[in-house]
This record gives sequence, structure tokens and C-alpha cells, in this order.
Amino acid sequence: MARAVSTQRKTLTTALAWAIGLVIFFPILWTVLTSFKTEAQAIANPPIFLNFDWTLENYAIVQERSNYMRFLWNSVILAGGSTLLGIIIAVPAAWSMAFVPSKRTKDILLWMLSTKMLPAVGVLYPIYLLFIKMGLLDSRAGMVIVLMLINLPIIVWMLYTYFREIPGEILEAARMDGATLKEELIYILTPMAIPGIASTVLLNFILAWNEAFWTLNLTAVDAAPLTAFIASYSSPEGLFFAKLSAASTMAIAPILILGWFSQKQLVRGLTFGAVK
Amino acid sequence: MKLSNALRAATALTLVAGVSQAETITIATVNNGDMIRMQGYTDDFTEKTGHEVEWVTLEENVLRQRVTTDISTNGGQFDIMTIGMYETPIWGANGWLVPLDDLSEEYDVDDILPAMRGGLSNDGTLYAAPFYGESSMVMYRTDLMEEAGLEMPEAPSWQFIREAAAAMDDPENDINGICLRGKAGWGEGGAFITVTGNSFGARWFDENWNAQFDQPNWKEALEFYVNLMNDYGPDGYATNGFNENLSLFQQGKCGMWIDATVAASFVTNPDDSTVADSVGFALAPNAEGVEKRSNWLWAWALAIPAGTQKEDAAKEFIEWATSKEYIELVAENEGWANVPPGARTSLYETPEYQEVPFAQMTLDSIHAADPTDPTVDPVPYVGIQFVAIPEFAGIATEVSQEFSAVYAGQQSIDEALEKAQAITNEAMEAAGYR
Repeated sequence: MARAVSTQRKTLTTALAWAIGLVIFFPILWTVLTSFKTEAQAIANPPIFLNFDWTLENYAIVQERSNYMRFLWNSVILAGGSTLLGIIIAVPAAWSMAFVPSKRTKDILLWMLSTKMLPAVGVLYPIYLLFIKMGLLDSRAGMVIVLMLINLPIIVWMLYTYFREIPGEILEAARMDGATLKEELIYILTPMAIPGIASTVLLNFILAWNEAFWTLNLTAVDAAPLTAFIASYSSPEGLFFAKLSAASTMAIAPILILGWFSQKQLVRGLTFGAVK
Repeated sequence: MKLSNALRAATALTLVAGVSQAETITIATVNNGDMIRMQGYTDDFTEKTGHEVEWVTLEENVLRQRVTTDISTNGGQFDIMTIGMYETPIWGANGWLVPLDDLSEEYDVDDILPAMRGGLSNDGTLYAAPFYGESSMVMYRTDLMEEAGLEMPEAPSWQFIREAAAAMDDPENDINGICLRGKAGWGEGGAFITVTGNSFGARWFDENWNAQFDQPNWKEALEFYVNLMNDYGPDGYATNGFNENLSLFQQGKCGMWIDATVAASFVTNPDDSTVADSVGFALAPNAEGVEKRSNWLWAWALAIPAGTQKEDAAKEFIEWATSKEYIELVAENEGWANVPPGARTSLYETPEYQEVPFAQMTLDSIHAADPTDPTVDPVPYVGIQFVAIPEFAGIATEVSQEFSAVYAGQQSIDEALEKAQAITNEAMEAAGYR
């Protein structure tokens, strides 16, 4: 009897999870569907769900109009570069905060996070002027640095949380065996924190991929990533929803595929922590 | 030794000449039909001049923020910027733009429509060349008008518009008598309510920069608009902008729509519009007895930021893109209905273009708009649907949010006008106008 109830409950929760999942996924599905419609079908009211003549015309137009590969390549470099640089800086920072905390560690952590609370546009001019002075406008190097700095607080916080769950005794034991600080970081801490680091890397890659304020405001041609590619298809005067949807689908496809293949690591990292 | 020096000098000269001959210019532009079409013809420009073009296409609001940041910091990211009638005189006065006072004779600068030239100049100097221009007008369903037994005059009044909306409104068949902008934002609903105000004799400021929202004309205009839309407009009109209304009109859900003249080519295009063969046009309305009509004036124009290193190439591009030849190039390949409208007088003298159904009404609407004398009572500013001062975008966005709250039924007209008055006066005081 008890088992019957639990099966029923299980079915119910599964159904609920699926329902919520579908609601969250629906806008993306709708975008993908719209990308295969004509502009007239895209704005039809009542909306057409599946019963339309599928066309690849929008993709052809987008391909013809924009150099997709250039935008894609920039996105990969900016997201990958900023995440890598962020991890290189954040691992030692999180290590020191987790294992040799000082009186001020908590304050520093909070202070780091507080930089995320400032609306980005508030520092647009100072950063823009700095970029002009340093010749970094519309450069990949400049964008990698900016995106890294934006995401650094999150990377440090995530790694700090994972590292905190690693028993300090393990590191102490390594130290007693004569491991240097570098060896301790590379051979003991990092392998144990791999799931945590992996999910941090993935999450930050996605955040950097989707970042659409700085990537739009500091780039023009050479460093413009996929966010600029999408922005070029949005129009307040003219209905180009099908083309916009095609561009959006092309922009999110790579990250969606990456997310799909790495969802196990992502979920494990986000839910279990390092050594549980 | 001398020979090798001479050789070096010659090589250097050739190189310099080579560089000055073929440049790559970067152009920031908006995503709309005419601009995208122009990108398709870039090869023609490259063929003629040797210059390459890199396009940075952005959504209008993103573009505005992007180019404003760049030009105000002398960032030098762009050699040509697509800007509107609002920015041009302000930026020109700031010295941020290269004056376009030495365009070639063949370009025929006098051919630019006077209203456009006036709106894109500061102190008589042209700072941007119009790529296309627009006003606003009434677009209406000729079939529904006929059914209703009414005839649209060429220059209707608001009172007639209300009568026609009542006659065409048919909720059972999902047809709204009229569709108008209500969306917050200075360029969206803000622009529409400003010109509606003009046509009721209202104005933003008196000659001493005092806000005028406490005057009866504003209340009359707002009351008229809200009643008209509540009675015969679509549900949720408080969030409808150009695109939402275009979509409604194309699907046959509006009897009338008063908006930008560029919409005419969309609603008469049978590929996108279900009502393409039954659309008529008329001048934007005014309240009976008021001499000013509710039509605006806007141009998307090409300007050169003062910091660019490639001024000559940029000028060559502007001359190409806004020339008579460009218009002919488009007409030859895509038909006269698809050429960029509203910029040149000669276009409206072309017999083939005169046959385009909305051509004459577009020209009449542009002629009926005078940015230097936009209101019944005198004002200290230039601009019809906007006030050409840097502070306006911020103020008008806030004010239009208050008005949109009225449309959504969240506050009364009196409350909104009171807040608009306070917002505007405070901002003008802070900016040192009062």
C-alpha cells in the first residue's frame, strides 16, 4: 500500500517536473519553430504551432547577410578565454579564503560580490575611456579581461564553497608528506575539486557567452560576438521576427549543445559539492 | 645613394597613395528594411571607389547608446553613424560631427527636401545627409470605410477619426476601429502623444522653458486619446508600439492606424499583409479649429563623427548612399515602391514614383510638418515629436511612462499630468534652463 502511494507520488512529481521543464523550455522551442516560418506566419494571430510550411529561407538570409562564423569564433574566444583566465586567478584566491581565512575574509567575499550589485551602465563611461586610453576597444584581449572581471566574483564564490567542503586535514596530511604549496594545489586540491571546478567553468562559460551589455558596448567589428549578431536582427520598426528567431537559434545552438552534453557534470557539481 | 633615396621616397608615396585610395570604413546603422537593402548594394560602392565597408547593425535603442558613448568620448570606433533628426542638431552644435558643407556639385544638396535639410542642420550647416525620411499619416481600410458608408477626407479632423472608428469598430469580427501607439518611451508612445498634443494646441514648454502640462490643451488631448482608445482601440494598447500595430493592421484587425509613413510600404506589400489591396491614406488629423496637424518628421541620416581618420572615404560613401543614382539603382533592381523615400525632391518629380500609391501622401505629410514651428503657440525649441535638447530623451521617457500608466488604467489623467509637470520642471531646473 505504502509502495503504491509512493509510486503515485513519484509519477506526480515526475509529471510536475516535466510540466515545469516544458514551461521553461517553451520560449526556446517557440523561437526555433518561428525560425522556420515566413515573416507573415511568424506574426499570425492565432499563432500557428506546427501546421505551417517549414522553410529554411530565414537561415539562408541570415547566412547571406552576416558572417556567422566570425561572430561564433569571437564568442568561443571571449567565453573560453575569460573563463580560463578567471579560473587561473580564482583557484588560488578561493584556496586562501577557504583554508587560511583571516579576520577579513568574509568581508572581502561580500565586497567582491557587491561589485555585481552595481548596474553595469553606471561604469560604462569610465571603462570606455580606459579602453580608449589602452587601445582595447573592439579587441578580443580587452573583452576577455572585462568578461573575466565581471564573472570573477561568482567564480571565486563558487570555488570557495566547494573548497570549504574539502576537509582541511587532507591538505595537512599532504603538507606533512612534504608537498609544496604548488603541489598541494595541483595534485591534491584540484583533483578533489574537479566536479566543482567543472561546473564553475561551465556556468561561467555560459554567463560569458550570454553577456550582452559589455559585448555590445565595447565591440564593433573585430571582437563582436554572437550577442551583437542577434542585436543586428532586432528592429523596433519592421516585423522581422522569423529572421530574428533564426539568428537567435544559431546563436544559442552551440551553447545548448554544450549544455546538453555536460548536464551530468553541471548538475553533479551544482548539487553534490566536492567530496560528498 | 640619391637614387635609392628617391626609390624609397617613391615607394613610400605609392604606399601612402594606395592607403588613401582604398580604405575600410566602419558604419554603424539600424536594422530596418531600407538600411539592410543598402548593405546589399555595398559592392556597387566598392566597385566605384575601391573602399571596403564594414557594417555594424544594431537595434535602434542599442545603436543610440552605442554611438552616443563613442562620439562623446571620441572613441573613434565608427567612420559613419546612422543618427536621427533628434541627435543631429545637438551633436552638430557640440562640434561632434563633420559639417557636410563641401559635398560635390553632382550630389545636388539643394535637392534634399527643405524640411529634412532644416531638421538635420544646426545654424544653417548640414551635419547629416538624410538616407530616408518619414512623416506620419492615417492609414485606413478602404473596404471597411465603404461598408460604413463614410468617405475619408484628405485632411480629416480628430472628430471625424472618432466617428470613423466608431463606424468601423466590430468586436465580433475582431476588428478594432483604430490602432495607435501607447507604449512608453520617448520615440514610441511619447512621440505619438506629443504630436497629438500639438494638434490640440498644446506644447511642451512656453518660451521660458516652463512645462505646460498644467494647461487645458494637454488635458483635452489626453482625454480625447484615452476615450478614443478605450472605446475603439485594441485591448492592452498601453503596450503597443509601431511593430504591434503593424502586425494588427497587416492581419486586418484595425480599421485605421496613424503612424509613420514608412509603414505604407509594409501594409501594401501582399507578401506580408492580408489587406494589401484595400489601404487608403490621409493626412494626420487635427482637432477642429487648430491649424497644426499631428504629423511628425523624422529622418534616418548618415553623419561623420569628428574624430574619424577616414573623412574623405566616409564622405564618398555618404554621397553614394544618399544620391539620386542610388535611388535609381534600387528602383532598377527592386521597383520604385522600394526606394528610400522622403529625402529628395527629385524623387517625387519622377513619373514612375508618382504612381506609387502612398508617394503623394508621404510628400504632403512631410511638407505639412515644420520642425521650426511645430506648435500653435510659440516655443523655444526645434522638433515636432521631440524637443531637440539633450535632456529631452530622459524627461520624455519618464513622462510617457506616466501616460502609459493612464492607458493601462493605473492612474487618472489628472494625476499623470500633474506628475508630468513636476518631472519636467524639476529636470529643466536641474539642467539650468529655468
